[in-house]
Parts: sequence; structure tokens; C-alpha cells
Amino acid sequence: MATTTMAKALNAALADAMADDERVLVFGEDVGQLGGVFRITDGLQARFGDKRCFDTPLAESGIVGFAVGLAMTGLRPVVEMQFDAFGYPAFEQIASHVAKLRNRTRGALSVPIVIRVPYAGGIGGVEHHCDSSEAYYAHTPGLKVVTPATVDDAYSLLREAIEDPDPVVFMEPKKLYFSSAEAELPARTAPFGKAVVRRAGTDATLVAYGPAVPVALEAAEAAREEGWDLEVVDVRSIVPFDDATVTASVRRTGRCVVIQEAQGFAGVGAEIAARVQERCFHALHAPVLRVSGLDIPYPAPMLEHTHLPSVDRVLDTVARLQWDDQPDSRWVAA
Amino acid sequence: MTTTPQAVRRASPRSRRPADAPVATAAAPVADPSAGLLPATEPVRLLDPSGTPLPARDDYPEPPVAELRELYRRMVVGRRFDIQATALTKQGKLAVYPSSRGQEACQVGAVLALREGDWVFPTYRESMALTARGIDPVEVLTLLRGDWHCGYDPAAMRTAPQCTPLATQCVHAAGLAYGEAYQGRDTVALAFIGDGATSEGDFHEGLNFAAVFKAPVVFFVQNNKYAISVPLSRQTAAPSLAYKGVGYGVPSEQVDGNDPVAVLAVLTRAVQHARSGRGPFLIEAHTYRMEAHTNADDATRYRDGAEVDAWRDRDPVARLETYLRERGELDDAAVAAIAEQAEAYAADLRERMHDKPAVDPMSLFDHVYAEPTPQLVEQREQVRAELAADSDQEGAR
Repeated sequence: MATTTMAKALNAALADAMADDERVLVFGEDVGQLGGVFRITDGLQARFGDKRCFDTPLAESGIVGFAVGLAMTGLRPVVEMQFDAFGYPAFEQIASHVAKLRNRTRGALSVPIVIRVPYAGGIGGVEHHCDSSEAYYAHTPGLKVVTPATVDDAYSLLREAIEDPDPVVFMEPKKLYFSSAEAELPARTAPFGKAVVRRAGTDATLVAYGPAVPVALEAAEAAREEGWDLEVVDVRSIVPFDDATVTASVRRTGRCVVIQEAQGFAGVGAEIAARVQERCFHALHAPVLRVSGLDIPYPAPMLEHTHLPSVDRVLDTVARLQWDDQPDSRWVAA
Repeated sequence: MTTTPQAVRRASPRSRRPADAPVATAAAPVADPSAGLLPATEPVRLLDPSGTPLPARDDYPEPPVAELRELYRRMVVGRRFDIQATALTKQGKLAVYPSSRGQEACQVGAVLALREGDWVFPTYRESMALTARGIDPVEVLTLLRGDWHCGYDPAAMRTAPQCTPLATQCVHAAGLAYGEAYQGRDTVALAFIGDGATSEGDFHEGLNFAAVFKAPVVFFVQNNKYAISVPLSRQTAAPSLAYKGVGYGVPSEQVDGNDPVAVLAVLTRAVQHARSGRGPFLIEAHTYRMEAHTNADDATRYRDGAEVDAWRDRDPVARLETYLRERGELDDAAVAAIAEQAEAYAADLRERMHDKPAVDPMSLFDHVYAEPTPQLVEQREQVRAELAADSDQEGAR
């Protein structure tokens, strides 16, 4: 097995999809000759020509709307929203058309578009380059929302996204682009709708996705010194969500912390916590707790480390999981 | 592109050249970069408001008379449909209806200029256009009756769902037209849009994408002077909406939108332009919405009766009828026969809209995704149980 990066795995997934299916077109801003600002589309234009991988005017609503029209003719558009916050101009197209066309037309039209969104921070990026925008998409029925945390998942989930009959928002954690691992490509991992246990444990379950997965794994390792054996579940597929795997894990451990990099209020982590609570009430020894980004606009680079979920913050939270069955001092009225 | 009369009418940029600059010779004229892009300052008009023909134009030959007769027939039926749809709101059969009365020439002329295999991207005001395209009026009104969103099969009818979010259909048209051309098909996409929606970003992005990718799209702006209550002067400071094409490299034209002959002539040429591989074309039709925005709107709050009356004198149906009668192409018997067709069409619609349509709550979970997610399956079972409990209670009563 060779060592490769998530960026290279994503690139290979696009290339293999284009080779296997001539309906696949890749377009967006700087994706052509430059190969994308993160080089995810590197070499695709040279290999497949500028009709299959091309640059567009710098207008995200136009890019997604154009993809809607192309998909109506039977093509398979894969578009890039250069950065998370640059995708906002396309939100109307995504929420009002991409997500709804199948439903509005009783299945007569479908628009199997993949919208790739490099997201989240931890890379020292300036403002508008580090947003975690997954909740906006996950809150929109009709979209599938997936996010890889490992190299082979990046390849496999992107291939599946391009083959999927429904539109998929494919969230790529920027800070993991250049993470590397041994991977045999082409890889096929668990399908959409499946969460995966990344680390088995008995004392509590950490549920995480995307950029928070490595944090959870690191925290689980560090927790051994504290005497806790933690399980880590990688959500991978936010929509459709795998209640079964998450629920089974929490029922085994009796405790759960949900970790996300996004700001916490009304986020995906809140949804997961609520679902676990509803389904595992009698198995729980403690309330489901969350670790998330702060409820602030994404901070300037020199302050981002305070915002981002850290191993310490995860361990502090695990410590509050009612190990001695006392009221959580954080919520006790002064 | 061939030289058009508009290109000739404009002042040469040489007139602004500094005196000491080298003068271009006749053999090497300075190219005007906007050549062929600026619309004529006056809308194309082939009939005057009374229906009298104006001098013939080489650039816009009059459509064949058989097409004009068909245009007239569909406009008469379209107007009757529109009146019937408004009546259905009063009878509680439709939740709301945005009328296009007064815009018959645009509604029918646009679809008549297309082939069956071309695509239409309509807005909510294009119900008349869709019926003129041959879509079942009950299916057109499904959206406004409220039993589903889009009532017709867009793929079969080559007509996108009527678009409520403003201008978003412009980029869909660009993408579809490009995708068809990419796959070797000579399909043209026609995007309807109103004057207010030209202020939306997607109008600009649609024009820009279509131009950059040379997509065969006709952008057809019906400038009916009001966006609900807001007049055109609040939408733009441009000399006309057609001028918005030049900034994107898109040629354009203005047309008298209440002159059915001119509308069909201009649309026909624009469709030819697109189909011949020369990229998109923008048309601004000057027309007027005779009714309020919808039956729920009160137009007297923002426009006066004299203005509406002035437009009554430019009625497109009467104008075409006068012209065809003058040419001996229409007589009392033909007019009566068409009126009868229109009545029958309205009666059939009234009849078929009489009964409340059956709706099935279980269908709410269909077509959200190709296959429902586990969460939707759970919710579907919950609703199924609720409905079963309801019907048990009814049975017990």
C-alpha cells in the first residue's frame, strides 16, 4: 500500500469517475488549468480536455444554476465552491432548486449534482475562508450531505456522491487535505448512510465528523491516561444519518459526547445529541454533552485555536459525564 | 455575425478620436466592439396600435399568414383561459392566480416561435404561455390549486416547472442549452422573465454564463411596467432593459409587446440566432399587465385608471384581429368559430376544476430522494399510524 493524501485521493476519485462515465463534467472557479486552489482538480483538464473540466465565470449562483440545467440534459455535473463562505451566493439555487426539483416534479426531473465545498478552519485562513456551513445544507430536505475524515473515505464517498441519483453536498475538511495515510486506491468503504466506529471503547462514545474526527481520536488516546476507554464514531454521512450505529454504540457505553468544529447553536451536533437522547434515554448514565466551536463568527487566524474544539476541551467534557453521579457544577445555580 | 441595421445607426467611435490620432483608412476601419450588440433605440413594431401595417422591414419579415392566424387563435383561447382562471379564484377553486391579460402577444408569440423539442423556462405568470404550448390547463393550474407543486411532466413537455424564485431560471436555461449543444442537439432554451426580476443577480449570471459558453438561449423579458407595485423606474436607470445585453456581449432588441406580428417576427429571428450557434439573444417586450399582480392584489393603490385605459387602446388581440380582417384572412364566421373554441376550452376547464382533487398524505414522502432515508421511513410510518387512528375514530362515530 502506498501513502497518499486526502487531496490526492479526491483528485483520483474525480479522475476515475470522469474516466468511467463520460457524462461527468467538473467545473467551477480555477479548477481548469490551475487545478483548483487546493489542487483537487489537478491535471483533469489536461487529461480529459477543457470541455469536461473547465473554468466558469466567478459567480457561484451561476455555477450551481448552470449545473441544474446541465443535469436536466442527463449530464453529471461536479462543481466546486472554492471556499465554504463563497458558496453562500449559491444558496438560493441549492435550497430552492437543487434540493427540491425531484419533489416539485414528482420525480419527473432529478438533478444529481455534486457540490464540493472545502470547509472548516484550522488552516490559518482569513475570514470567509473557514466557515463550517454543513448545518445549512443538512437542514435542507432533498440534499445528501457527506464529509470524509479519512483518505480512503474521501475517495470512496466522492465516487459514491457522483454515482448517487440525488444531489450531494460534499464537505471537504480543508485541514485534512494534506493528511496522509496508507491507502489502496480505488478504495470502496462503507456506503452513504453508514457511520463507522473508528476506535472501539467501553466507557463513553465520542461522535464526530469531518475535521473533528482526528480530534476525537487523539482525545480518546489521551483519555487512556485518565483511565477512560473511549469509543469514537465517525458520522461520515450527515444526511442520511445512521441512527443505528450511533445508537448501538451509546447503548453499549452509556455515555456520549458529540464533537463538531462548527458553532454549536442549532448545529448538526445538536441534532445528533437530541437523537441520541430520544433513542438511548434508558441506557444513558449522563446527559449527552457537546463540544463545538464557540457561537461566534469564525475568528481571525491568531485566535482560531481558542475557538476550535481541542483535545483538552473534549477531555474536560468527558470528565463531566456523571462519573460520580453528582450534579454538573457547570449548570448548578450560583 | 452579419451587419444589422442597428450597427449602422450608431455613431462611429471615430468621431471621439483626438485630432492628432492617426485616422483609420477605409480599408482598415476601426472596429466598434459593441457592433451588433446595442439594441435599436425604438422597439420593433410592424402594426400600429390600430392594427394598420407599418412599412415592411428587411430585418424582420412578417411571419407567414398561417402562423398569424394560429397566433390569433391561441391568443383568443389564451385570454379566455386567463379570465376563467381568475374566475376560479373567486369560486375558491384556485388559491391565487397571477393574470397575464394584456400580454397575450408575448405569451403566445414566444412559444409559437419554438419547436416542440425546444425548452421553455417559465415564471409563475406564464400559465397562458404553457397552455398555448399544449400543456393541459388543469396540470398548469395544479400549482395554484394546491394539490402539488408542478402538475405537468417537465421532461415530456420540455417545459421547466413554473419558477417562483425570481430569475433563477435564467441560469438553468443557460445550463440546459449548453448541455444540449454539448451533446450535439440543436435545442433552443427560452427563458421568460419579468421587468422586476432583471434586478436579480441570476438574470445577470444567466446572461453572462450563456454568453461565455455561447449557449443557445433566448432571454425574453416581458416588461409589463410593474413588479407587483414597484414601477420600472425603481428597477433600473438603464435606457431600456434590452441595453443590459451589451455588458455581457449579448445582442438584443426591443419590441412592441402588444404587436403580435412584431413579437412573433422578433422571437423567430432570435430563436434562429440562437439555433445557428451564435449564442444567446435578449429581447425586451414593452407590454402591460392589465390586471393586478394577482387576484389578491389591489392595483388601484399604485397606478391610476387613466394609465390602464391608455393601454386598453393597444390591446394585442384586437390589433391582430383588425389586421387579419383587413387582409381578408379572418371573417365573422372564423372569429365566431374561434370564440366558440375558447368557450369550450373554458367550459372544459371549469368542469374539470369543479371537484376537489384527491390528495394523499402518504405521497409527501415520495420523491424527496430517489429512495427515502431511514428518517423519512420512520416519519412515514408515524403518519400512516396517525391516519389509521383518525380513520378508526371516524369509523367508531
